[in-house]
Amino acid sequence: MKQGLARQLAAGTILSSLLLVGTANAQTGNGDDILKMEKNAANVVMPTITYDNQRYSALDQINASNVAKLQVAWTFSTGVLRGHEGGPLVVGDVMYLDTPFPNAVFALDLNHEGRILWKYEPKQDPNVIPVMCCDTVNRGVAYGNGKIFLHQADTTLVALDAKTGALVWSVKTDDSAKGATGTEAPMVVKDKVYVGVSGGEFGVRGWLAAYSTSDGKQVWRGYSEGPDADLLVDPQKTTSLGKPVGADSSLKTWEGDQWKIGGGATWGWYSYDPQLNLIYYGTGNPSTWNPKQRPGDNKWSMTIFARNPDTGEAKWVYQMTPHDEWDYDGVNEMILADQEIGGQMRHLLVHFDRNGFGYTLDRATGELLVAQKYDPAVNWATKVDMDRSSATYGRPEVVTKYSTQATGEDSNTQGVCPAALGTKDEQPAAFSPDTGLFYVPTNHVCMDYEPFRVSYTAGQPYVGATLTMYPAPGGNNMGNFIAWDARTGKIEWSDPEQFSVWSGALATKGGVIFYGTLEGYLKAVDAKTGKELYKFKTPSGIIGNVMTFEHAGRQYVAVMSGVGGWAGIGLAAGLTDPHAGLGAVGGYAALNDYTSLGGSLTVFSLPPN
Amino acid sequence: MRRILRKAAVVVSALTVPAGTVYAVTDGSGDPAAVKSDDGKWADKDGNPTFKIEDDGTVGWYTYVGYLRYSSECMHCHGPDGMGSSYAPALIHSLQRLTYAEFFATVAGGKKDVSASQNLVMPAEGINKNVMCFIDDIYTYLRARSDGAIGRGRPEKHAPKPVSYEKAEDECMG
Repeated sequence: MKQGLARQLAAGTILSSLLLVGTANAQTGNGDDILKMEKNAANVVMPTITYDNQRYSALDQINASNVAKLQVAWTFSTGVLRGHEGGPLVVGDVMYLDTPFPNAVFALDLNHEGRILWKYEPKQDPNVIPVMCCDTVNRGVAYGNGKIFLHQADTTLVALDAKTGALVWSVKTDDSAKGATGTEAPMVVKDKVYVGVSGGEFGVRGWLAAYSTSDGKQVWRGYSEGPDADLLVDPQKTTSLGKPVGADSSLKTWEGDQWKIGGGATWGWYSYDPQLNLIYYGTGNPSTWNPKQRPGDNKWSMTIFARNPDTGEAKWVYQMTPHDEWDYDGVNEMILADQEIGGQMRHLLVHFDRNGFGYTLDRATGELLVAQKYDPAVNWATKVDMDRSSATYGRPEVVTKYSTQATGEDSNTQGVCPAALGTKDEQPAAFSPDTGLFYVPTNHVCMDYEPFRVSYTAGQPYVGATLTMYPAPGGNNMGNFIAWDARTGKIEWSDPEQFSVWSGALATKGGVIFYGTLEGYLKAVDAKTGKELYKFKTPSGIIGNVMTFEHAGRQYVAVMSGVGGWAGIGLAAGLTDPHAGLGAVGGYAALNDYTSLGGSLTVFSLPPN
Repeated sequence: MRRILRKAAVVVSALTVPAGTVYAVTDGSGDPAAVKSDDGKWADKDGNPTFKIEDDGTVGWYTYVGYLRYSSECMHCHGPDGMGSSYAPALIHSLQRLTYAEFFATVAGGKKDVSASQNLVMPAEGINKNVMCFIDDIYTYLRARSDGAIGRGRPEKHAPKPVSYEKAEDECMG
């Protein structure tokens, strides 16, 4: 905060007049506007499209019978080469998007095919680049109360005037010199903006925090590990699987002070239920990757949190992977949907975890309803114990052969599925209330994992394991795009993809599901059958999320290209299977042979009549 | 000529390297042939760290440690097996021109190439024990990869841990 203030003061009088503009906006806008705006399918006012994270659009001008005629309406180059995750927003006549480091933000005029209304580019110390674990990605900006919010790589949270791009306020949320970075898209609820932190591979201590949208003051901060007061956990009122968590629920599960560098980063997507007044998100891997160096369950890493957005107090928690041994971060999105299970309408939270299980919970209580593998290749656990009377209720039944803890330091645990990048990573899934199905972009990759001792130095990688990744046995495809029934925990259909599907999906009322591929294709498939209806090769591999909006009576579909991210590390050179016979070596293509770097936006529409 | 050799090296590395192969290659540090050993730490004729691979494909202990530490500390930018990523160079190529001293200086001091078109930043690893305690081992591993002496992935067989290793590791890691 101090730094932000200093910066504002230094900028002098011009800025202070802008500050006034910002304040005026803050007073006229309120959170209820966003609730109303998200119901208008012409807009996309948040990176998750809607608060429930369904990534469903009620637009249906583009539908299963005409999507084959889709064509490019206009394109835009961001001028940045690194991996482009996330996607643009549309508020009225303006599109907002941001780039990987240096985190430039653009406002584009939809009335003039994307003419630039304003551009904001922060000055950041480039030393933050190498402390970003997996490329310099940023998953998008948030809109609220007349402002655009950006969480920069160096953990500066800024509020920009949505009309002019002028800086309204800025605040430092963490310390990038210790390896804490900003990559996630913020979320705005009412008068607060929520941000988290990346850096699980640098021993950061994860947190989620609420800042006032009007002046950038921190309202609350809830850590992933540590004393109850830091966690904003009430030992009696906060529950896990229906029972109070009790005192020191986190501290008891760590040895010594390891929790202070214990990970549990919060760089995924956030969702919000206005009726229950709860926000949901997941926490990442405990640090280090060497499980021997952190005995215990390492709570509350790898956990789904339900918090009160006003106070931060945790209503319930559920730890999916206690004492992680494989880097199965729990940060993936929490999709809120209401569906009937066992003849009863339930308020559901559906989560496709990195660990390969698709979880269905009651989002009011945190009750576990379904936990099933959403890729048959998943082998590290046989199942999740669903017996309420069991001492291990809610825990995965780990297969000893694939336990890197059991195999031990300096030994290689082989054939673990999924690989550390998970059956799904951050690329968000979509839900269609029309079909009742979830549409999930997945990875189909396995690994060998060899943990070893590592020493902690602030701001240096704190990993402690060596990984070798390769396609799952029995095929050459490294990804699948699947349709999933969260009521039963079953795959409805599965479209194989040569590479991991690292693009966020979009479901539409038109009966079409969209997603991108690492080779760079935007694909449209039939929501009922998965049949491919359309594809177009964009300038670079897609790790961004598809979105749709309406402008001047026409529906558009848009996606960012720009290969990179974790996919750019593991797949760029191709993956080899160390256990395959000689004949199979070289059978897995390198992404380098299909696409090259470059950030751009491609906007599609149907041809004018 | 070098390009041809490199191509040949890649092809060879995709297969298991035949036993007893003689590498008629030089890299940024010259001839990689191992001439002397200090309890399993091999050096070339100029005293630079180098690899030694037995006829049955067994790699030296320090080449193996280099693989482990490379994969933990360097892979998240430079890609698996030194092959590069979408934003950091393939070190199997870099070591064809870098000397051991240049390699050491870059790792310890870092490197910046920040311009309008790219933002390449390598951190200074000089105080990172997980790197600096194993810098020669990482170099040895990458040199072997660069010269095509070993293929991709985890070396299948390695020499046993030398008696002096653990004490040295403890002293350096603290």
